Amino acid sequence: MNPLQAIGRVFLAFLATTGRLMTFTGLGLSHAVRPPFYPRIVLRQMIDIGYYSLPVVGLTAVFAGMVLALQSYTGFSRFSAEGAIANVVVLSITRELGPVLAGLMVAGRIGASLAAEIGTMRVTEQIDALTTLSTNPMKYLVAPRIVAGLAMFPILVLIADIIGVFGGYLVAVYKLGFNPSNYLQNTWDFLTAEDVNSGLVKAAVFGFIVTLMGCYHGYNSKGGAQGVGRATTNAVVSACILILCSDYILTEMFFTK
Amino acid sequence: MSDTPKIQMRGVHKAFGKKVVLNGIDLDVGVGESVVIIGGSGTGKSVTLKSILGLLTPDSGSIKIDGEDVIGMGTADRERVNQQVGMLFQGGALFDSLPVWENVAFGLLAQKRCTRHDAHDIAVEKLAMVGMDAAVADLMPSELSGGMQKRVGLARAIAADPKIIFFDEPTTGLDPIMADVINDLIVKVTRDVGATALSITHDMASARKIANRIAMLYEGKIIWQGPVEDIDNSGNAHVDQFIHGKADGPIQMAVRA
Repeated sequence: MNPLQAIGRVFLAFLATTGRLMTFTGLGLSHAVRPPFYPRIVLRQMIDIGYYSLPVVGLTAVFAGMVLALQSYTGFSRFSAEGAIANVVVLSITRELGPVLAGLMVAGRIGASLAAEIGTMRVTEQIDALTTLSTNPMKYLVAPRIVAGLAMFPILVLIADIIGVFGGYLVAVYKLGFNPSNYLQNTWDFLTAEDVNSGLVKAAVFGFIVTLMGCYHGYNSKGGAQGVGRATTNAVVSACILILCSDYILTEMFFTK
Repeated sequence: MSDTPKIQMRGVHKAFGKKVVLNGIDLDVGVGESVVIIGGSGTGKSVTLKSILGLLTPDSGSIKIDGEDVIGMGTADRERVNQQVGMLFQGGALFDSLPVWENVAFGLLAQKRCTRHDAHDIAVEKLAMVGMDAAVADLMPSELSGGMQKRVGLARAIAADPKIIFFDEPTTGLDPIMADVINDLIVKVTRDVGATALSITHDMASARKIANRIAMLYEGKIIWQGPVEDIDNSGNAHVDQFIHGKADGPIQMAVRA
Protein backbone atom coordinates (compact mmCIF):
# COMPACT_ATOMS: atom_id res chain seq x y z
CA MET A 1 0.00 0.00 0.00
CA ASN A 2 1.05 3.55 -0.66
CA PRO A 3 2.53 4.91 2.60
CA LEU A 4 1.03 8.34 1.93
CA GLN A 5 -2.38 6.69 1.75
CA ALA A 6 -1.87 5.14 5.19
CA ILE A 7 -0.74 8.45 6.70
CA GLY A 8 -3.68 10.22 5.09
CA ARG A 9 -6.13 7.69 6.44
CA VAL A 10 -4.80 8.03 9.99
CA PHE A 11 -4.88 11.80 9.69
CA LEU A 12 -8.47 11.82 8.44
CA ALA A 13 -9.55 9.46 11.21
CA PHE A 14 -7.89 11.80 13.71
CA LEU A 15 -9.72 14.81 12.29
CA ALA A 16 -13.04 12.93 12.32
CA THR A 17 -12.58 11.94 15.96
CA THR A 18 -11.61 15.48 16.93
CA GLY A 19 -14.69 16.80 15.17
CA ARG A 20 -16.97 14.28 16.86
CA LEU A 21 -15.47 15.09 20.24
CA MET A 22 -15.90 18.84 19.66
CA THR A 23 -19.53 18.38 18.65
CA PHE A 24 -20.12 16.21 21.71
CA THR A 25 -18.45 18.79 23.97
CA GLY A 26 -20.48 21.64 22.50
CA LEU A 27 -23.73 19.71 22.85
CA GLY A 28 -22.93 18.65 26.40
CA LEU A 29 -22.08 22.19 27.48
CA SER A 30 -25.06 23.76 25.75
CA HIS A 31 -27.40 21.29 27.45
CA ALA A 32 -25.77 22.05 30.78
CA VAL A 33 -26.92 25.68 30.65
CA ARG A 34 -30.39 25.18 29.14
CA PRO A 35 -33.44 23.88 31.03
CA PRO A 36 -34.79 21.41 31.97
CA PHE A 37 -32.16 20.81 34.65
CA TYR A 38 -31.83 17.66 36.68
CA PRO A 39 -30.68 18.86 40.13
CA ARG A 40 -31.26 15.44 41.71
CA ILE A 41 -28.89 13.79 39.26
CA VAL A 42 -26.31 16.56 39.58
CA LEU A 43 -26.38 16.16 43.34
CA ARG A 44 -26.03 12.41 43.14
CA GLN A 45 -23.08 12.72 40.77
CA MET A 46 -21.49 15.32 43.04
CA ILE A 47 -21.65 12.87 45.91
CA ASP A 48 -20.23 10.11 43.71
CA ILE A 49 -17.46 12.18 42.20
CA GLY A 50 -16.66 14.35 45.20
CA TYR A 51 -17.47 12.62 48.44
CA TYR A 52 -16.65 9.05 47.50
CA SER A 53 -13.34 10.10 45.93
CA LEU A 54 -12.16 11.64 49.21
CA PRO A 55 -10.43 8.50 50.59
CA VAL A 56 -8.42 7.82 47.46
CA VAL A 57 -7.54 11.48 46.94
CA GLY A 58 -6.67 11.94 50.62
CA LEU A 59 -4.37 8.92 50.69
CA THR A 60 -2.66 10.01 47.48
CA ALA A 61 -2.15 13.51 48.82
CA VAL A 62 -0.81 12.52 52.24
CA PHE A 63 1.81 10.20 50.75
CA ALA A 64 2.73 12.67 48.04
CA GLY A 65 3.37 15.31 50.74
CA MET A 66 5.36 12.88 52.88
CA VAL A 67 7.56 11.70 50.01
CA LEU A 68 8.07 15.26 48.87
CA ALA A 69 9.35 16.31 52.30
CA LEU A 70 11.63 13.29 52.52
CA GLN A 71 13.06 13.63 49.02
CA SER A 72 13.64 17.35 49.17
CA TYR A 73 15.36 16.92 52.53
CA THR A 74 17.79 14.43 50.95
CA GLY A 75 18.51 16.83 48.12
CA PHE A 76 18.55 20.12 50.00
CA SER A 77 20.62 18.92 52.94
CA ARG A 78 23.54 18.49 50.50
CA PHE A 79 23.81 22.26 50.27
CA SER A 80 22.33 23.11 53.67
CA ALA A 81 19.04 24.43 52.35
CA GLU A 82 16.79 22.33 54.59
CA GLY A 83 14.85 25.46 55.52
CA ALA A 84 13.31 25.55 52.04
CA ILE A 85 11.55 22.21 52.49
CA ALA A 86 8.29 23.70 53.77
CA ASN A 87 8.33 26.06 50.86
CA VAL A 88 8.98 23.34 48.30
CA VAL A 89 6.28 21.09 49.72
CA VAL A 90 3.55 23.69 49.75
CA LEU A 91 4.33 25.09 46.30
CA SER A 92 4.63 21.67 44.67
CA ILE A 93 1.45 20.44 46.24
CA THR A 94 -0.76 23.44 45.53
CA ARG A 95 0.57 24.26 42.07
CA GLU A 96 1.22 20.83 40.68
CA LEU A 97 0.92 17.60 42.59
CA GLY A 98 -2.43 18.28 44.23
CA PRO A 99 -4.38 18.84 41.02
CA VAL A 100 -2.43 16.38 38.84
CA LEU A 101 -2.34 13.45 41.23
CA ALA A 102 -5.95 13.96 42.29
CA GLY A 103 -6.91 14.33 38.62
CA LEU A 104 -5.16 11.11 37.64
CA MET A 105 -6.56 9.13 40.56
CA VAL A 106 -10.09 10.35 39.96
CA ALA A 107 -9.66 9.76 36.22
CA GLY A 108 -9.15 6.11 37.09
CA ARG A 109 -12.05 6.04 39.48
CA ILE A 110 -14.66 8.24 37.86
CA GLY A 111 -13.65 8.12 34.19
CA ALA A 112 -13.86 4.35 34.25
CA SER A 113 -17.14 4.15 36.11
CA LEU A 114 -18.81 6.80 33.92
CA ALA A 115 -17.68 5.06 30.73
CA ALA A 116 -18.81 1.66 31.99
CA GLU A 117 -22.17 2.94 33.21
CA ILE A 118 -23.05 4.98 30.12
CA GLY A 119 -21.54 2.35 27.83
CA THR A 120 -23.72 -0.35 29.36
CA MET A 121 -26.72 1.92 28.99
CA ARG A 122 -25.81 2.31 25.32
CA VAL A 123 -25.46 -1.40 24.54
CA THR A 124 -28.59 -2.37 26.49
CA GLU A 125 -30.59 0.28 24.58
CA GLN A 126 -31.27 2.33 27.71
CA ILE A 127 -30.04 5.46 25.92
CA ASP A 128 -32.47 4.77 23.06
CA ALA A 129 -35.17 4.25 25.66
CA LEU A 130 -34.46 7.71 27.11
CA THR A 131 -35.05 9.26 23.70
CA THR A 132 -38.36 7.46 23.24
CA LEU A 133 -39.41 8.71 26.69
CA SER A 134 -38.96 12.34 25.55
CA THR A 135 -35.75 12.77 27.49
CA ASN A 136 -32.62 14.01 25.80
CA PRO A 137 -29.77 11.67 26.84
CA MET A 138 -27.18 14.43 26.45
CA LYS A 139 -29.14 16.53 28.91
CA TYR A 140 -30.05 13.73 31.27
CA LEU A 141 -26.81 11.75 31.31
CA VAL A 142 -23.94 13.88 30.06
CA ALA A 143 -24.63 17.45 31.21
CA PRO A 144 -25.18 16.65 34.92
CA ARG A 145 -21.97 14.63 35.07
CA ILE A 146 -19.89 17.38 33.47
CA VAL A 147 -21.38 19.98 35.81
CA ALA A 148 -20.67 17.76 38.81
CA GLY A 149 -17.08 17.21 37.65
CA LEU A 150 -16.48 20.92 37.12
CA ALA A 151 -17.88 21.73 40.55
CA MET A 152 -16.35 18.96 42.65
CA PHE A 153 -12.78 18.71 41.36
CA PRO A 154 -11.65 22.10 42.75
CA ILE A 155 -13.12 21.21 46.15
CA LEU A 156 -11.40 17.83 46.09
CA VAL A 157 -8.11 19.43 45.16
CA LEU A 158 -8.42 22.05 47.89
CA ILE A 159 -8.80 19.24 50.40
CA ALA A 160 -5.91 17.37 48.77
CA ASP A 161 -3.75 20.48 49.13
CA ILE A 162 -4.40 20.69 52.84
CA ILE A 163 -3.84 16.98 53.40
CA GLY A 164 -0.69 17.01 51.25
CA VAL A 165 0.85 19.88 53.19
CA PHE A 166 -0.06 18.09 56.39
CA GLY A 167 1.72 14.95 55.12
CA GLY A 168 4.86 16.99 54.51
CA TYR A 169 4.51 18.51 57.97
CA LEU A 170 4.27 15.07 59.59
CA VAL A 171 7.51 13.87 58.02
CA ALA A 172 9.34 17.14 58.59
CA VAL A 173 8.38 17.41 62.25
CA TYR A 174 8.31 13.81 63.44
CA LYS A 175 11.02 12.27 61.27
CA LEU A 176 13.34 15.08 60.30
CA GLY A 177 13.05 16.97 63.58
CA PHE A 178 11.89 20.37 62.35
CA ASN A 179 10.35 22.85 64.74
CA PRO A 180 6.56 22.65 64.17
CA SER A 181 5.81 26.35 64.41
CA ASN A 182 8.77 27.29 62.23
CA TYR A 183 7.71 24.78 59.62
CA LEU A 184 4.15 26.08 59.52
CA GLN A 185 5.38 29.66 59.46
CA ASN A 186 7.61 28.86 56.48
CA THR A 187 4.73 27.10 54.74
CA TRP A 188 2.43 30.05 55.18
CA ASP A 189 4.90 32.87 54.44
CA PHE A 190 5.75 31.84 50.91
CA LEU A 191 2.30 30.81 49.83
CA THR A 192 0.42 33.25 47.57
CA ALA A 193 -3.20 33.15 46.57
CA GLU A 194 -2.15 32.60 42.99
CA ASP A 195 -0.42 29.34 43.85
CA VAL A 196 -3.64 27.90 45.19
CA ASN A 197 -5.89 29.50 42.59
CA SER A 198 -3.86 28.24 39.64
CA GLY A 199 -4.15 24.74 41.10
CA LEU A 200 -7.90 25.09 41.47
CA VAL A 201 -8.31 26.30 37.89
CA LYS A 202 -6.33 23.27 36.79
CA ALA A 203 -8.59 21.10 38.91
CA ALA A 204 -11.72 22.44 37.23
CA VAL A 205 -10.21 21.77 33.80
CA PHE A 206 -9.20 18.24 34.83
CA GLY A 207 -12.68 17.61 36.21
CA PHE A 208 -14.12 18.65 32.89
CA ILE A 209 -11.70 16.40 31.01
CA VAL A 210 -12.34 13.34 33.17
CA THR A 211 -16.13 13.54 33.05
CA LEU A 212 -16.16 14.47 29.36
CA MET A 213 -13.93 11.53 28.41
CA GLY A 214 -15.94 9.11 30.53
CA CYS A 215 -19.21 10.28 28.98
CA TYR A 216 -17.89 10.51 25.42
CA HIS A 217 -16.38 7.04 25.30
CA GLY A 218 -19.32 5.47 27.11
CA TYR A 219 -21.85 7.22 24.91
CA ASN A 220 -20.16 6.06 21.71
CA SER A 221 -19.39 2.52 22.80
CA LYS A 222 -20.75 -0.29 20.70
CA GLY A 223 -20.63 -4.03 20.48
CA GLY A 224 -21.59 -5.51 23.84
CA ALA A 225 -19.35 -6.25 26.80
CA GLN A 226 -16.14 -5.99 24.79
CA GLY A 227 -17.14 -2.56 23.49
CA VAL A 228 -17.86 -1.33 27.01
CA GLY A 229 -14.48 -2.65 28.14
CA ARG A 230 -12.74 -0.81 25.33
CA ALA A 231 -14.68 2.38 26.11
CA THR A 232 -13.60 2.18 29.75
CA THR A 233 -9.94 1.77 28.84
CA ASN A 234 -10.08 4.58 26.30
CA ALA A 235 -11.81 6.89 28.77
CA VAL A 236 -9.12 6.46 31.42
CA VAL A 237 -6.14 6.55 29.04
CA SER A 238 -7.36 9.58 27.10
CA ALA A 239 -8.33 11.43 30.28
CA CYS A 240 -4.86 10.84 31.79
CA ILE A 241 -3.05 11.95 28.64
CA LEU A 242 -5.23 15.03 28.26
CA ILE A 243 -4.69 15.90 31.93
CA LEU A 244 -0.91 15.81 31.53
CA CYS A 245 -0.98 17.76 28.24
CA SER A 246 -3.35 20.44 29.50
CA ASP A 247 -1.35 20.63 32.74
CA TYR A 248 1.67 21.79 30.78
CA ILE A 249 -0.34 24.28 28.76
CA LEU A 250 -2.03 25.70 31.86
CA THR A 251 1.24 25.92 33.77
CA GLU A 252 2.81 27.83 30.92
CA MET A 253 -0.17 30.18 30.81
CA PHE A 254 0.05 30.91 34.54
CA PHE A 255 3.82 31.07 34.54
CA THR A 256 4.33 33.46 31.64
CA LYS A 257 1.53 35.76 32.71
CA MET B 1 -58.24 12.04 8.82
CA SER B 2 -58.99 8.35 8.68
CA ASP B 3 -57.32 7.97 5.29
CA THR B 4 -54.08 9.50 6.60
CA PRO B 5 -52.03 6.55 7.78
CA LYS B 6 -50.60 6.81 11.29
CA ILE B 7 -47.20 5.84 9.95
CA GLN B 8 -46.22 6.10 6.31
CA MET B 9 -42.84 5.03 4.94
CA ARG B 10 -41.89 5.70 1.34
CA GLY B 11 -38.69 4.59 -0.37
CA VAL B 12 -36.68 4.49 2.85
CA HIS B 13 -33.03 3.62 2.26
CA LYS B 14 -30.32 3.13 4.83
CA ALA B 15 -26.81 1.81 4.38
CA PHE B 16 -24.00 1.36 6.89
CA GLY B 17 -20.82 1.88 4.87
CA LYS B 18 -21.19 -0.42 1.89
CA LYS B 19 -23.77 -2.64 3.52
CA VAL B 20 -27.25 -1.72 2.33
CA VAL B 21 -29.74 -2.56 5.07
CA LEU B 22 -32.94 -0.85 3.94
CA ASN B 23 -33.41 -0.82 0.20
CA GLY B 24 -36.60 1.13 -0.37
CA ILE B 25 -39.16 0.34 2.32
CA ASP B 26 -42.79 1.26 1.58
CA LEU B 27 -45.16 0.63 4.44
CA ASP B 28 -48.40 2.12 5.74
CA VAL B 29 -49.79 1.54 9.20
CA GLY B 30 -53.38 2.69 9.58
CA VAL B 31 -54.89 4.25 12.70
CA GLY B 32 -55.66 1.59 15.30
CA GLU B 33 -54.09 -1.13 13.22
CA SER B 34 -51.56 -3.66 14.49
CA VAL B 35 -48.91 -4.44 11.92
CA VAL B 36 -46.17 -6.99 12.48
CA ILE B 37 -43.00 -6.99 10.41
CA ILE B 38 -41.49 -10.44 10.15
CA GLY B 39 -38.13 -11.37 8.72
CA GLY B 40 -34.91 -13.15 9.50
CA SER B 41 -32.07 -11.79 11.55
CA GLY B 42 -30.16 -9.00 9.84
CA THR B 43 -32.90 -8.18 7.34
CA GLY B 44 -33.28 -4.66 8.71
CA LYS B 45 -36.23 -5.03 11.08
CA SER B 46 -34.59 -3.16 13.93
CA VAL B 47 -33.21 -0.51 11.59
CA THR B 48 -36.74 0.07 10.27
CA LEU B 49 -38.04 0.59 13.79
CA LYS B 50 -35.15 2.82 14.82
CA SER B 51 -35.62 4.93 11.69
CA ILE B 52 -39.26 5.58 12.55
CA LEU B 53 -38.31 6.43 16.13
CA GLY B 54 -35.63 8.87 14.96
CA LEU B 55 -32.81 6.93 16.58
CA LEU B 56 -31.30 6.47 13.12
CA THR B 57 -31.55 8.84 10.18
CA PRO B 58 -32.32 7.16 6.85
CA ASP B 59 -30.19 8.08 3.82
CA SER B 60 -33.22 8.81 1.66
CA GLY B 61 -36.99 8.40 1.51
CA SER B 62 -39.70 9.78 3.74
CA ILE B 63 -41.24 8.69 7.02
CA LYS B 64 -44.44 10.41 8.09
CA ILE B 65 -46.23 10.13 11.42
CA ASP B 66 -49.77 11.57 11.24
CA GLY B 67 -48.82 13.01 7.85
CA GLU B 68 -45.90 14.94 9.34
CA ASP B 69 -42.45 14.22 7.94
CA VAL B 70 -40.24 13.21 10.86
CA ILE B 71 -36.89 12.87 9.06
CA GLY B 72 -34.55 15.73 9.81
CA MET B 73 -36.94 17.09 12.41
CA GLY B 74 -35.54 19.41 15.11
CA THR B 75 -35.03 18.09 18.63
CA ALA B 76 -38.01 19.94 20.08
CA ASP B 77 -40.40 18.68 17.37
CA ARG B 78 -39.02 15.18 17.69
CA GLU B 79 -39.69 15.23 21.42
CA ARG B 80 -43.25 16.38 20.75
CA VAL B 81 -43.77 13.46 18.32
CA ASN B 82 -42.14 11.00 20.73
CA GLN B 83 -44.56 12.04 23.46
CA GLN B 84 -47.25 10.06 21.68
CA VAL B 85 -44.99 7.08 21.15
CA GLY B 86 -44.31 4.11 23.42
CA MET B 87 -41.67 1.50 22.84
CA LEU B 88 -41.01 -1.93 24.29
CA PHE B 89 -37.35 -2.76 23.82
CA GLN B 90 -36.06 -6.23 23.15
CA GLY B 91 -34.09 -6.51 26.37
CA GLY B 92 -36.57 -4.35 28.28
CA ALA B 93 -33.96 -1.52 28.48
CA LEU B 94 -35.13 -0.65 31.98
CA PHE B 95 -33.02 1.99 33.74
CA ASP B 96 -31.18 -0.13 36.27
CA SER B 97 -30.36 2.83 38.51
CA LEU B 98 -34.03 3.56 39.14
CA PRO B 99 -36.68 1.54 40.99
CA VAL B 100 -39.46 -0.09 38.96
CA TRP B 101 -42.06 2.60 39.67
CA GLU B 102 -39.74 5.37 38.52
CA ASN B 103 -39.04 3.41 35.36
CA VAL B 104 -42.73 3.08 34.62
CA ALA B 105 -43.49 6.74 35.34
CA PHE B 106 -40.31 8.02 33.66
CA GLY B 107 -42.04 9.42 30.58
CA LEU B 108 -44.76 11.11 32.63
CA LEU B 109 -42.19 12.71 34.92
CA ALA B 110 -40.09 13.81 31.95
CA GLN B 111 -43.12 15.44 30.37
CA LYS B 112 -44.06 16.93 33.76
CA ARG B 113 -47.51 15.42 33.47
CA CYS B 114 -47.51 14.43 37.11
CA THR B 115 -45.64 15.15 40.34
CA ARG B 116 -43.22 12.65 41.86
CA HIS B 117 -45.80 12.15 44.57
CA ASP B 118 -48.52 11.03 42.16
CA ALA B 119 -46.12 9.11 39.94
CA HIS B 120 -45.89 6.18 42.31
CA ASP B 121 -49.67 5.66 42.31
CA ILE B 122 -49.86 5.92 38.53
CA ALA B 123 -47.02 3.44 38.17
CA VAL B 124 -48.79 0.94 40.43
CA GLU B 125 -51.92 1.36 38.34
CA LYS B 126 -50.01 0.73 35.09
CA LEU B 127 -48.26 -2.27 36.63
CA ALA B 128 -51.68 -3.68 37.51
CA MET B 129 -52.64 -3.37 33.83
CA VAL B 130 -49.83 -5.79 32.97
CA GLY B 131 -50.79 -8.07 35.85
CA MET B 132 -48.12 -7.11 38.32
CA ASP B 133 -48.37 -6.65 42.03
CA ALA B 134 -47.92 -3.26 43.71
CA ALA B 135 -45.03 -4.71 45.73
CA VAL B 136 -42.95 -4.90 42.55
CA ALA B 137 -43.01 -1.11 42.24
CA ASP B 138 -40.33 -0.59 44.85
CA LEU B 139 -37.93 -3.28 43.61
CA MET B 140 -34.96 -2.56 41.38
CA PRO B 141 -35.08 -3.93 37.81
CA SER B 142 -32.12 -6.25 38.51
CA GLU B 143 -34.26 -8.08 41.07
CA LEU B 144 -36.78 -9.13 38.41
CA SER B 145 -36.81 -12.13 36.07
CA GLY B 146 -36.66 -11.65 32.30
CA GLY B 147 -40.41 -12.06 31.87
CA MET B 148 -41.14 -9.61 34.64
CA GLN B 149 -38.71 -7.08 33.15
CA LYS B 150 -40.57 -7.39 29.84
CA ARG B 151 -43.83 -6.69 31.62
CA VAL B 152 -42.39 -3.65 33.39
CA GLY B 153 -41.09 -2.51 30.01
CA LEU B 154 -44.60 -2.91 28.66
CA ALA B 155 -46.05 -0.93 31.56
CA ARG B 156 -43.51 1.81 30.84
CA ALA B 157 -44.38 1.79 27.14
CA ILE B 158 -48.08 2.36 27.85
CA ALA B 159 -47.67 4.68 30.86
CA ALA B 160 -47.98 7.94 28.93
CA ASP B 161 -51.08 6.73 27.00
CA PRO B 162 -49.28 6.60 23.66
CA LYS B 163 -51.01 6.74 20.28
CA ILE B 164 -48.41 4.45 18.74
CA ILE B 165 -46.61 1.57 20.45
CA PHE B 166 -43.59 -0.18 19.00
CA PHE B 167 -42.66 -3.69 20.03
CA ASP B 168 -39.15 -4.92 19.34
CA GLU B 169 -39.09 -8.73 19.45
CA PRO B 170 -41.47 -8.82 22.42
CA THR B 171 -41.21 -12.59 22.99
CA THR B 172 -37.51 -13.19 22.34
CA GLY B 173 -35.76 -14.88 25.22
CA LEU B 174 -38.93 -15.94 27.01
CA ASP B 175 -40.30 -19.42 27.59
CA PRO B 176 -43.33 -20.31 25.41
CA ILE B 177 -45.84 -19.78 28.21
CA MET B 178 -44.46 -16.41 29.27
CA ALA B 179 -44.26 -15.49 25.57
CA ASP B 180 -47.97 -16.18 25.24
CA VAL B 181 -48.71 -14.17 28.37
CA ILE B 182 -46.82 -11.24 26.84
CA ASN B 183 -48.69 -11.67 23.54
CA ASP B 184 -52.02 -11.56 25.34
CA LEU B 185 -50.92 -8.49 27.27
CA ILE B 186 -49.85 -6.74 24.09
CA VAL B 187 -53.23 -7.40 22.48
CA LYS B 188 -55.03 -6.28 25.63
CA VAL B 189 -53.09 -3.12 26.38
CA THR B 190 -53.02 -1.84 22.82
CA ARG B 191 -56.77 -2.28 22.71
CA ASP B 192 -57.22 -0.67 26.13
CA VAL B 193 -55.23 2.44 25.27
CA GLY B 194 -56.56 2.41 21.68
CA ALA B 195 -53.11 2.60 20.18
CA THR B 196 -51.69 1.80 16.77
CA ALA B 197 -49.08 -0.93 17.05
CA LEU B 198 -46.03 -1.77 14.97
CA SER B 199 -44.05 -4.82 16.01
CA ILE B 200 -41.07 -6.66 14.66
CA THR B 201 -40.51 -10.30 15.40
CA HIS B 202 -39.36 -13.61 13.99
CA ASP B 203 -41.67 -15.54 16.28
CA MET B 204 -44.57 -16.62 14.07
CA ALA B 205 -46.81 -17.64 16.98
CA SER B 206 -46.45 -14.15 18.34
CA ALA B 207 -47.00 -12.53 14.94
CA ARG B 208 -50.21 -14.49 14.34
CA LYS B 209 -51.54 -13.50 17.72
CA ILE B 210 -50.87 -9.78 17.79
CA ALA B 211 -51.13 -8.79 14.11
CA ASN B 212 -54.00 -7.48 12.03
CA ARG B 213 -51.63 -7.34 9.13
CA ILE B 214 -48.24 -8.90 8.48
CA ALA B 215 -45.42 -7.55 6.34
CA MET B 216 -42.41 -9.63 5.40
CA LEU B 217 -39.05 -7.92 5.17
CA TYR B 218 -36.38 -9.51 3.03
CA GLU B 219 -33.14 -7.98 1.76
CA GLY B 220 -34.20 -4.51 2.82
CA LYS B 221 -37.59 -4.55 1.11
CA ILE B 222 -41.15 -5.45 2.01
CA ILE B 223 -41.67 -8.46 -0.27
CA TRP B 224 -45.17 -9.33 0.87
CA GLN B 225 -47.85 -7.81 3.05
CA GLY B 226 -51.41 -8.75 3.77
CA PRO B 227 -53.98 -9.58 6.44
CA VAL B 228 -52.89 -12.14 9.00
CA GLU B 229 -55.51 -14.62 7.69
CA ASP B 230 -53.77 -14.71 4.32
CA ILE B 231 -50.33 -15.54 5.66
CA ASP B 232 -50.74 -19.27 4.97
CA ASN B 233 -51.89 -18.60 1.39
CA SER B 234 -49.51 -15.83 0.53
CA GLY B 235 -48.40 -17.45 -2.71
CA ASN B 236 -44.95 -16.17 -1.92
CA ALA B 237 -42.20 -18.77 -1.67
CA HIS B 238 -40.12 -16.59 0.70
CA VAL B 239 -43.01 -16.15 3.11
CA ASP B 240 -43.85 -19.85 3.00
CA GLN B 241 -40.29 -20.79 3.78
CA PHE B 242 -40.12 -18.32 6.67
CA ILE B 243 -43.40 -19.19 8.38
CA HIS B 244 -42.66 -22.89 8.19
CA GLY B 245 -39.06 -22.38 9.24
CA LYS B 246 -37.47 -24.50 6.54
CA ALA B 247 -33.77 -24.37 5.73
CA ASP B 248 -34.44 -25.15 2.06
CA GLY B 249 -35.99 -22.52 -0.15
CA PRO B 250 -35.33 -19.20 -1.86
CA ILE B 251 -33.96 -17.60 1.31
CA GLN B 252 -30.35 -18.64 1.65
CA MET B 253 -28.80 -18.02 5.03
CA ALA B 254 -25.26 -16.76 4.93
CA VAL B 255 -23.74 -19.76 6.65
CA ARG B 256 -19.99 -19.84 6.62
CA ALA B 257 -18.46 -23.20 5.85
